[in-house]
Amino acid sequence: MTTAAPTSSRALVEDVRRGKVSAIARLISRTEASPDAVGDALAEIHRHTGRAHIVGITGVPGSGKSTLIAQLCRQVRDGGRKVAVVAVDPTSPFSGGSILGDRVRMSELNSDPDTFIRSMATRGNLGGLSRATLPAVDILDAAGFDIVIIETVGVGQDEVDVVRAAHTTVVASAPGLGDDIQAIKAGVLEIADIHVVSKCDRPDANRTISELKAMLTIGMQLSSRMDWRVPVIGTSAVTGEGLDQLLTAIDDHHAKMTETGELDRRRLRIAEMRVLKFAEDMLRDRFENDREGRVQEIAEQVARLELAPEAGARRLLGQIQKEIAS
Amino acid sequence: MQKDTPIRVMLAKVGLDGHDRGVKVVARALRDAGMDVIYTGLHRTAEEVAMAAVQEDVDVLGISLLSGAHMTIFPKILRTIEDQDSKGIIILGGGVMPDEDVAELKEMGVQEILLQDTPPQEIVSTIRELVAARGPR
Repeated sequence: MTTAAPTSSRALVEDVRRGKVSAIARLISRTEASPDAVGDALAEIHRHTGRAHIVGITGVPGSGKSTLIAQLCRQVRDGGRKVAVVAVDPTSPFSGGSILGDRVRMSELNSDPDTFIRSMATRGNLGGLSRATLPAVDILDAAGFDIVIIETVGVGQDEVDVVRAAHTTVVASAPGLGDDIQAIKAGVLEIADIHVVSKCDRPDANRTISELKAMLTIGMQLSSRMDWRVPVIGTSAVTGEGLDQLLTAIDDHHAKMTETGELDRRRLRIAEMRVLKFAEDMLRDRFENDREGRVQEIAEQVARLELAPEAGARRLLGQIQKEIAS
Repeated sequence: MQKDTPIRVMLAKVGLDGHDRGVKVVARALRDAGMDVIYTGLHRTAEEVAMAAVQEDVDVLGISLLSGAHMTIFPKILRTIEDQDSKGIIILGGGVMPDEDVAELKEMGVQEILLQDTPPQEIVSTIRELVAARGPR
């Protein structure tokens, strides 16, 4: 097969800003392959972000996130706005491969050009997001999507990264997962700006809703400074119940954040997290490049008990620091 | 640092064909070979599948068809991808198709048809070869 020379990333940025689907898709792929190689393009993209409302949706596996998102997308589209989804699924720790299954539940949206869905594997990254997730959100923001939804892997405790990446965090629970609610209440329940109880056509849904409400009133209120009562919304994919309420709550939350200055605070928090994350990734890459060389040498000394692990780390960082400075 | 990026594959069932045992076996085999596999589920339209492949920017789009509708479905998929100006997606077919149709489909731009007796390992190696031959994009 003959392919023309690959389009330059600079040209892709132009097409992304015009909303061209294949350009958005390609730039995300290149970012996943190597964020460094498209650094200039991503920097240009970054200058054109800041319009989209970034909504994180999380919850334990089986809580109906994908179905909920599919319906939420339709709700957003009915109101005439453009919506994009970045759906993150786990990578197999054994083969490095992944099955990305969210599209099964979002299929009806596929033929609409103003709904963009992208699946992404975690690539072993902790926290429920992959390295390319936030650059991808930037690309979709710059492409003019009004709402960008991040769906994270539903593993429970370690996915709270989403709260540091999104303006509004929605946590989905399902009735009958009573034990799971117990399991997540220390982590995920606290991060919600909005709670959703899906499958609320089921008879035990009311119990879950009232349990959640009770838990919230006990004082698990968000630490945010603004006056926002975390709503608990029951939704049903069968009857369509609660979807309009959910979108209204998302929009209300955005309005409230804008009004109180909370949005700027969250933007700053996201920016800070991203700088730190990038720095971390850069350091880790350096370590991994050096594994054979100096890391090996230091590790050997630690193994021979000539050097404490912490002192070894200091030495390694000292060497890297010198290199960066020079 | 340039790490090896996994090959992205979308596997799709189009139309009224409800037999998805084979495609699920293939999905698992590709995942175990270290690829990212996106499965669309049953009863999709050709346009839905093609648009999804463009958005996901997959290296390979594999269509599993056991219904005999391949001669109408593949042209629609090829046309939609071309309309979207997405370059470099390798289209594969799998399932049961007569030899003369296979020849015609390849003529249209389907890169390879892997018929029902193809062992999973051969599917894996075919995909790797085709992606390597296409090169970066």
